[in-house]
Amino acid sequence: MNIHEYQAKQLFRLNGVPVPDGYLASTPVEAEFAMRRLGTEVGVVKAQVHAGGRGKAGGVKLAKTPAEARKIAEQMLGMTLVTHQTGPEGKKVHKVYVEAGSKIVKEYYLALVLDRETASVSIMFSTEGGMDIEEVAAKTPDKIVVVKVDPTVGLQGFQTRRICFGLNLPAAEHKELSSIIKNLYKMFLKYDYAMLEINPLVVTADGKMFALDGKMNFDDNALYRQKDIEVMRDFEEEDERDIEASKYGLSYIGLDGNIGCLVNGAGLAMATMDIIKFYGGRPANFLDVGGGASQETVTNAFRILFADANVKGIFVNIFGGIMKCDIIANGVVAAAKELGLRVPMVVRLEGTNVDKGKEILRTSGLNLYAANDMADGAKKIVEMAK
Amino acid sequence: MAILVNSQTRVITQGITGKSGEFHTKLSHEYAPCFVGGVTPGKGGQKGILDLPIFDTVAEAKHKARANATMIFVPPPFAADAILEAIDAEIELIICITEGIPVLDMIPVKRALERSRKSRLIGPNCPGVITPGQCKIGIMPGHIHKVGKAGIVSKSGTLTYEAVGQTTAAGIGQSSCVGIGGDPIIGTYYNDVLALFEADPQTEGIILIGEIGGDAEIKAAQFIKENIKKPVAAFIAGQTAPAGKRMGHAGAIVSGGHGTAAEKMAALEEAGVVVAKSPADLASSLIKAMERKKK
Repeated sequence: MNIHEYQAKQLFRLNGVPVPDGYLASTPVEAEFAMRRLGTEVGVVKAQVHAGGRGKAGGVKLAKTPAEARKIAEQMLGMTLVTHQTGPEGKKVHKVYVEAGSKIVKEYYLALVLDRETASVSIMFSTEGGMDIEEVAAKTPDKIVVVKVDPTVGLQGFQTRRICFGLNLPAAEHKELSSIIKNLYKMFLKYDYAMLEINPLVVTADGKMFALDGKMNFDDNALYRQKDIEVMRDFEEEDERDIEASKYGLSYIGLDGNIGCLVNGAGLAMATMDIIKFYGGRPANFLDVGGGASQETVTNAFRILFADANVKGIFVNIFGGIMKCDIIANGVVAAAKELGLRVPMVVRLEGTNVDKGKEILRTSGLNLYAANDMADGAKKIVEMAK
Repeated sequence: MAILVNSQTRVITQGITGKSGEFHTKLSHEYAPCFVGGVTPGKGGQKGILDLPIFDTVAEAKHKARANATMIFVPPPFAADAILEAIDAEIELIICITEGIPVLDMIPVKRALERSRKSRLIGPNCPGVITPGQCKIGIMPGHIHKVGKAGIVSKSGTLTYEAVGQTTAAGIGQSSCVGIGGDPIIGTYYNDVLALFEADPQTEGIILIGEIGGDAEIKAAQFIKENIKKPVAAFIAGQTAPAGKRMGHAGAIVSGGHGTAAEKMAALEEAGVVVAKSPADLASSLIKAMERKKK
């Protein structure tokens, strides 16, 4: 799950990580009032969408007066922001965040991420903030320090010292940076992050340190115990198909192809996309109905596929283990009859009760192709969707 | 022979009175009668499915039913605790089927495993382990298997079934199949399983099934190059997956350009593995790998 910049900054503020003053605005008048309340010489008006690259796309602008902040908000609110991360359709701006401008002297990078291999929390710090960290790692690896923290032991003083001394930071910055790292580490455990990144972490002309931007990613498996985080979910930022799917407990990711896929199991769902591509087609989605899907789940999954205007063919690929093929077949037939089958469909069934399943498909009177195996099915649907 | 489990394995189910725990205990025990009881705190002394005895704690189940393996079906919020209890009771093989455990909960589990001299964990978020004809611990459909010579190790459930289905149809059959799980932190990675297959006389070839995210497959490629003499075929799911999106499994995400299928496929090919581009070619790739080794 992702959240907005203003929400990330709220979390920072609540947990002792300094951020510039700022206020959220959903109307131009609110933006003007926010700027007045800040009382700073310069303010920054920032579009609140779930995407990086806002600055280049015109989603971050400087304002010198409250009137100017209002004017910028007038333009920004309701506009569709297209950045390199939004795709060509862009994202509509519903809110702006008006933040106090600061005189930046230095930009650092600080991130916490789960390290799979050592089962620890990895803290990454670099003096090259504001840049792509992958690039820094490739070109100047000596400007990055990584320490790994074992949560059963906890973050130790020597680890924050290793960061400060390792990159020769001025002594005046040690105390503030150590405190920020300690607080971020506590946050990481408290909110079940998968990734927590500040880029840039700035040092201002008057020697203060601020998190100027925050990128946060949460462990979806832990959301059940993170109610405060869960309510921050903004449905307007998400693909409608994704929202529908999550309502029905399906794992769905929309893609830009034209062959809709309905599969059981995440690995097989990925492999199904791969085999469609292998035979020259393009998958419209990743869709895993799970291991124990009922007839109702299957119908709901079809509803999502049918609602997608880009879908020109549907490939159902099921290896029934616990899930029985006859139940899937009944679901397929019921959904197709209820919703009307407007595109060609190929069904590949294998596993438990496969003969019963095939029989149900054959006698359904529906115009669908029952594939002999996965390769046969993929080839067929690619042909039919052309 | 085969690996990890056989007809001598004595299994309990943690969470035996839950819906899934009960259902899969029944199917597994009907496939091969390896189950000796189950654990549900507060229901000790009662009889569970198929009249299996229920115990309050794992330690008691181990003592009274002489269990040496456990299958865990405890819900995500309590699953890490269940694994830790099994490690504490020194159960040798712990297979955790539960999907959706918060990743931070797995860190203390990993530490406890590192300290333990007795326990091995398979999973979480995995289909389990089966040695056809001898013992099935998990949610895989038993009837598609056939006693044979392919060792299968995989992160994915249904894709493992695919490999099983293909090797059964090709007449090769399986020695053992191990689903290691699709989570970011798991108990056993490919390398340990590969080493077991290498040492197992029944296994004549290995199918490795991986997916995007992390670098376990890259490490496996290195390990195969240095230590595995038997023929190996592989498939990596997610060649067409977009970056930055979690593809169902919590571990299946390409981040910062790393963990891509292309990178993993290249590493495996370099290690002499026959890499299938299509998931329909799992068995045929193994046959190719076996023929190549013969020459």
